[in-house]
Amino acid sequence: MSTADAPLPAPLRAEILVLAAQELHPRGAAVAALRLVQARFGWVSTGHLCEVADLLGMSADDLDGVATYFNLLFRRPVGRHVIMLCDSVSCWIMGCEPLCDHLCRTLGIQPGETTADNAITVLPTVCIGHCDHAPAMLVDTTLHGDVDTVCLDHLIDTLRDTP
Amino acid sequence: MTLLSDRPLTAMIDPAAGPPDCAAYGRAGGWQAARRALGGLAPADIIDMVTRSKLRGRGGAGFSTGQKWSFVPKDPASERRKYLIANADEMEPGTFKDRLLLEGNPLQLVEGMILAAYGVQAGHGIVFLRGEYHLACTRLHHAIGEARQQGWLGENILGSGFSFDIHVHSSAGRYICGEETALLTALEGRRATPRSKPPFPQTGGLWGAPSVVNNVETLCNLPHIIANGPEWFAGLGLGEDGGTKIYGASGRVTKPGAWELPIGTPLRQIIEEHAGGMLPGYRLRALLPGGASTAFLDATSLDVAMDYGSVEKAGSRLGTGMAIILDDRTCPIGMIRNLEHFFAQESCGWCTPCRDGLPWVERLLTAIEDGTGQAEDMDHLARHARMLGAPGRTFCAHAPGAMAPLASGLKLFAADFTDHIRHGRCPLPAAHGGMNTRQGAPS
Amino acid sequence: MTRIHIDGKECPTRTGINLLQACLEAGANLPYFCWHPELGSVGACRQCAIKQFTGPDDTKGRIVMACMTPVGEDTIVSVDDTEARDFRASVIEWMMVNHPHDCPVCEEGGECHLQDMTVMTGHNTRRYRFTKRTHRNQDLGPFVKHEMNRCIACYRCVRFYRDYAGGDDLAAFASHDHVYFGRAADGTLENAFSGNLVEICPTGVFTDRPFSATYTRKWDMRGAPSVCVHCAVGCNTIVNARGETVRRVLNRYNTDINRYVLCDRGRFGHGFVNAPTRIRTPLCATDGQQVPVPVADALARFARMAADGRIVGIASPRAALETCFSLHALAGPQHFSTGQTRQEQSCAELAHALLGRHPGRLPTIHDMESADAVLVLGEDVYATAPRLGLALRQSVRQPSFHTADEARVPRWMDAAVRTLGAECPSALHVLTPAPTALDDVAADSVRAAPDDIARLGFAIAHEIDPAAPPVADLAPDDTRLVTRIARTLVAARTPVVVSGMQYGSPALMQAAASIAAALARATPSAGLSLVLPECNTMGLAMMGGLPLETVMEQARAGAISALVVVENDLTRHLSPADVADLVAAVPDIVVIDHTVTPLCQHASLVLPSAAFSECTGTFISHEGRAQRSFQAVFPPAPIQAGWRWIQALGQSAEPAAPHMTELTGWRDLDDVLAALAAAFPHLAPAARAAPDAQYRMDGQKLRSQTYRASGRTVIRSFVSVRDQPPPASADTPFSSSMEGAYGPDMPAALVSGYQASPWNSVQALNRFQHEIGGDMRGGASGIRLFPSAGPDDAGRPYAYATDIPTAYVARADTMLVLPDTRLFGSEELSMSSPPVMARATAPTLGLPAGMVRSDRMTLHLEDGPHILPVESVPGLPAGIALCPAHMVARAFRFPRMARLERMPDAGEGP
Ligand SMILES: Cc1cc2nc3c(=O)[nH]c(=O)nc-3n(C[C@H](O)[C@H](O)[C@H](O)COP(=O)(O)O)c2cc1C
Ligand code: SF4
Ligand code: FES
Repeated sequence: MSTADAPLPAPLRAEILVLAAQELHPRGAAVAALRLVQARFGWVSTGHLCEVADLLGMSADDLDGVATYFNLLFRRPVGRHVIMLCDSVSCWIMGCEPLCDHLCRTLGIQPGETTADNAITVLPTVCIGHCDHAPAMLVDTTLHGDVDTVCLDHLIDTLRDTP
Repeated sequence: MTLLSDRPLTAMIDPAAGPPDCAAYGRAGGWQAARRALGGLAPADIIDMVTRSKLRGRGGAGFSTGQKWSFVPKDPASERRKYLIANADEMEPGTFKDRLLLEGNPLQLVEGMILAAYGVQAGHGIVFLRGEYHLACTRLHHAIGEARQQGWLGENILGSGFSFDIHVHSSAGRYICGEETALLTALEGRRATPRSKPPFPQTGGLWGAPSVVNNVETLCNLPHIIANGPEWFAGLGLGEDGGTKIYGASGRVTKPGAWELPIGTPLRQIIEEHAGGMLPGYRLRALLPGGASTAFLDATSLDVAMDYGSVEKAGSRLGTGMAIILDDRTCPIGMIRNLEHFFAQESCGWCTPCRDGLPWVERLLTAIEDGTGQAEDMDHLARHARMLGAPGRTFCAHAPGAMAPLASGLKLFAADFTDHIRHGRCPLPAAHGGMNTRQGAPS
Repeated sequence: MTRIHIDGKECPTRTGINLLQACLEAGANLPYFCWHPELGSVGACRQCAIKQFTGPDDTKGRIVMACMTPVGEDTIVSVDDTEARDFRASVIEWMMVNHPHDCPVCEEGGECHLQDMTVMTGHNTRRYRFTKRTHRNQDLGPFVKHEMNRCIACYRCVRFYRDYAGGDDLAAFASHDHVYFGRAADGTLENAFSGNLVEICPTGVFTDRPFSATYTRKWDMRGAPSVCVHCAVGCNTIVNARGETVRRVLNRYNTDINRYVLCDRGRFGHGFVNAPTRIRTPLCATDGQQVPVPVADALARFARMAADGRIVGIASPRAALETCFSLHALAGPQHFSTGQTRQEQSCAELAHALLGRHPGRLPTIHDMESADAVLVLGEDVYATAPRLGLALRQSVRQPSFHTADEARVPRWMDAAVRTLGAECPSALHVLTPAPTALDDVAADSVRAAPDDIARLGFAIAHEIDPAAPPVADLAPDDTRLVTRIARTLVAARTPVVVSGMQYGSPALMQAAASIAAALARATPSAGLSLVLPECNTMGLAMMGGLPLETVMEQARAGAISALVVVENDLTRHLSPADVADLVAAVPDIVVIDHTVTPLCQHASLVLPSAAFSECTGTFISHEGRAQRSFQAVFPPAPIQAGWRWIQALGQSAEPAAPHMTELTGWRDLDDVLAALAAAFPHLAPAARAAPDAQYRMDGQKLRSQTYRASGRTVIRSFVSVRDQPPPASADTPFSSSMEGAYGPDMPAALVSGYQASPWNSVQALNRFQHEIGGDMRGGASGIRLFPSAGPDDAGRPYAYATDIPTAYVARADTMLVLPDTRLFGSEELSMSSPPVMARATAPTLGLPAGMVRSDRMTLHLEDGPHILPVESVPGLPAGIALCPAHMVARAFRFPRMARLERMPDAGEGP
């Protein structure tokens, strides 16, 4: 994975320009472009934000106003893997709080933090539409349902081992 | 034949097999409606059929779909930029029906969008998809690609002279994006605050152009209405409303899930038959019938028919039709606190009562739950429920939605509130329903 | 007109407005935050809730936001309704959830809209018992301070800054109760109108940074109605002063000009009056040294000079009319110079003449906001007349208003109108040599040399009226452009053509006048506006006088024994060689000025004049509007108004020349103006720019301090604690203290601040207007000297200018050097104001992108070579270089042909 300090790679810039061209106005591609950057680097650094703003003909301030508005756009670095544990109502009823405590205790971090080895970030998230299998969570892009402490422990081990 | 099934929306959905491809979709009766519409129906015919089908929006507000479309200026798609947008934001806690439709049969949505777009003569289609729906995103992209390849999307579809294509916008997470005007703002690459109406989206929507926003489930009904006729569709419903509805249940029921049933199916049937009743050892205390922003109903309301009018009469809203069940061992105050935390956090921050009122509500509830509540906190909660609950006081329906469970909960669980404050703690043996671990629930 | 019923009272009101406006105009105290008369309604704060009833039988009613609800025939509302009151009290309570109770240390204190509204709603007990969220503040540069914790999230700042002023470096961040208004990172706010945030923000989030350094509560400052001296637009201001220092400048509403908004040069340029460069005592040159002398000695010195022979007076386009006129009276009409070069003066006189014979309309700045097509011909208005530029920026919204009208959406529904108008085309065309801050909203922004722009202009005039002379040899592209612009202008109902003196090109102004005249044949409201450089350039153009070149000739011929130069730094107009010649040829130079300029070092006598804030005087704006600026500060003697010094000189001259007799008898400003009216009948109405010194309200003078003013003896305690009689000004109807009359009905020209209990913030202005956003209750401030409709020579064909320049041909060896006029850095007075100095960036040489071949280049101007860093200017036509006016060569005259030489890059061999 390239680092977030380096300028955006040329193909990514090109891809963003294509996205922008598909919109009636380039700014329509703002979220899509930021998501692309995040998919590549894990988060959106200020340098990258400025570059994207430039490509879309927006000011950095304008684009950052959009970026900071959304829950899923990370303006701070995250670990290699992001566990988003649902904390909304159905999962709460089904016990997401003790699960979150367990997860954080095991990892030695608070919700919102990243483990020292940079492997895992834990973020509480709003309902992810898996309420029939509550408690649910999203690990990177994969949905997990009926989560319990056993499968959490197993998951942590797997994630630590995968890049 | 499959399409005349009484479960038209889910007939082709087979979680084990994955979504049908274009050919399978056609074999099972797909594309009939699109062929029929583009082959000879006038746009006005489509609007008329949908109006007669008694289809009401499945996004929560329940507005007549045909009527909504009738406000769109009638110019042909080739002459004026217009948008048809599928609202696939689905962030209402407890709701997962659109995800099932998107993952299970994305082509059905594509065909529904073609029909809607043809009806309102929109040349540009957008699926506003919730960012967390990764699988749906992949499948939708695949389906759209396939449809495009087969000539169902693009220039001059089936030689009809009508051109239409669909673009998927993956959002980046915020409940308010589901509100149709905030959704438009989000599509413009802006902070997704709602917009004032007028202009209504139908006349001045995305980039100022006429736009229609419909829920995924609403749109998925269209192929069946056009293929089988509005009367057939209207007849599917048990009461006033037409068609089927995807109902669901989550919480401590035996078989949480979602089921397509005739609209107007009694709540009791949904919970007792389809969801298999409560888990052993739990009793139903109350429920939110249609997502987090609907008012609590208690066990006495179980015989209500789940259609728009009846649920409203019972004191709540049909909403998304996805019920959240509160059992007797879960603290209702904890549950309301959890809901208000969600609403406070998802407030867009535009209007004062919602932005600064909801966090106050959340803190009051937290205090009460933690045992540091004070007697006058009840007045504050009631005041907020009153001040934020009535429409027109906040800029959009987010805050009134947030107050629905609070206002109803204050009445229904009055004793629980008093107990918490008086004893300075949660009187339930295992404080917070959430402390109970899952006990042998099937998945 | 229609009527509505407010709490059972029948109130006549206007149609087309919203209920908030209607209630306020009816005198109701209805609180609001997010609404602003210039920004319209968005319904964000929910503070203006009232009860609306569907009819006389409706007893329940429903809560609506007054600002979002249009007035209808017989609308029935209640402001007093308990439910509405409760809700409004709750809204304030929610805002106070996170608002720090830091009023004692907040610089908004005492004039805070939030304080007013809090008291108004009756919220006075704190019930929220949890922690408040806190924010970090940002450094936003030298003008504006940031204290985000005070934010109530009304969104006014970003709506003003982004939507209204077109800025893009301030934004809203995050969401829910974490919303944050600021920049992505610390840094200076770049927009030319950033200072308005201070007044737009209803709390103390954005406050005036320079004011902060010498902060004083609103009620402890004297206020005086004033007029901005930093360009020719003549925005109205309020100067606040305490003791002998000016503390700040605020916007003063003038329906026709600046309305609610001032540019940053106007708001922060006043620092020169407190600067160390101020001249405070008379200085006499003895043995090459300038030494302070008593007034009597200085005058005696002048008497000797006057006895020696002929005195010539040099006035200044930045001096008040009265000062210029008194010099005219001292020196006599034959020996009076306007203090400008022939080119400057002839351009200014041409502007006067063109405006005088324009057959259409002379639009006010406010009129320009509603122009439905605008052509800017060769003037970077954002730099030379910023407030005018901002008005033109608003004009591009006209098509969206028409769309909104069709959709039956009221024009004040701000966000809705912006949504509907998202794709509306702009009808603003900008033809300039260099990029301008209007380009982003222009339909066309075309770059060409001034002569070529003039040619395009003449061609447009010809396209509109074939009787106007044709232009030969236009390129096909240009012909298409000409047709396109002509079509837009012809189709418009209220088109406006703007040009000006920036490039020193009479052809540009003539072309603009021709277009406007051609349009006026079919569109009588077709407007012409010409931008002039300084606050009284028009006044001098209307007085006339000798250009500096003639003075030079007379000096060289030995015909001048003494020059009296008033408030004019000749080194900005004359080359160093000319200045040297003048100094050598004239035995004595008397400089009367408030600020040390390079000219002072050549003076045998320097006399300290009062700055605009320390005396009363009249200025004539670019559109021929005479406006009075009143004294706010009583400076320590011997500082006095320029005309009083000139009068003193006249009195000291023995024997007085016959033409001086009048001068010596003047007692006050009204006498000066009376004499001016006799000498220059066409300037006579200037006397009526504001009420005279005899004006009384309720039989009293007007107070210039609030009833709460405190500490008169304290202010001077470092001198003496003994109470002094308050100073008095003979020139104005103001008392210098809190004694006197004041009220919302007072003449607009005399409004020294806004306060109408319970409104203590600038929002109290609402109480001073007939209609919100309309005329002031007390009538207009200032007086137009030109009729606003064209001359009545109906039928007579317009005499189109015929001297069309030839196309500019770029040459290999020399460049056409044009002024790069800057918002901060070009204007003389504001460059002595520390915050403005801090915003001025270092001079660079602007070149067309293709010409940039090294980092630095040498520009050979008449005063010698200048080595400058080079900057590429996108779109700049070939053969043109941009050089910041007055920053490189002090007396930068333009256009100039100059040689350019490449400098070796760093590290490169020679
Ligand atoms: C706060 C809020 C959130 C909403 N979220 C959604 C959503 O996620 N999906 C949806 O279809 N409608 C949502 N809606 C309703 C939409 O505003 C809109 O009514 C709906 O998309 C219209 O589609 P329909 O007519 O097909 O129901 C939401 C409304 C509000 C006020
Ligand atoms: S009620 Fe107001 S703050 Fe809340 S989501 Fe709607 S517009 Fe935003
Ligand atoms: S002033 Fe009416 S909602 Fe803000």
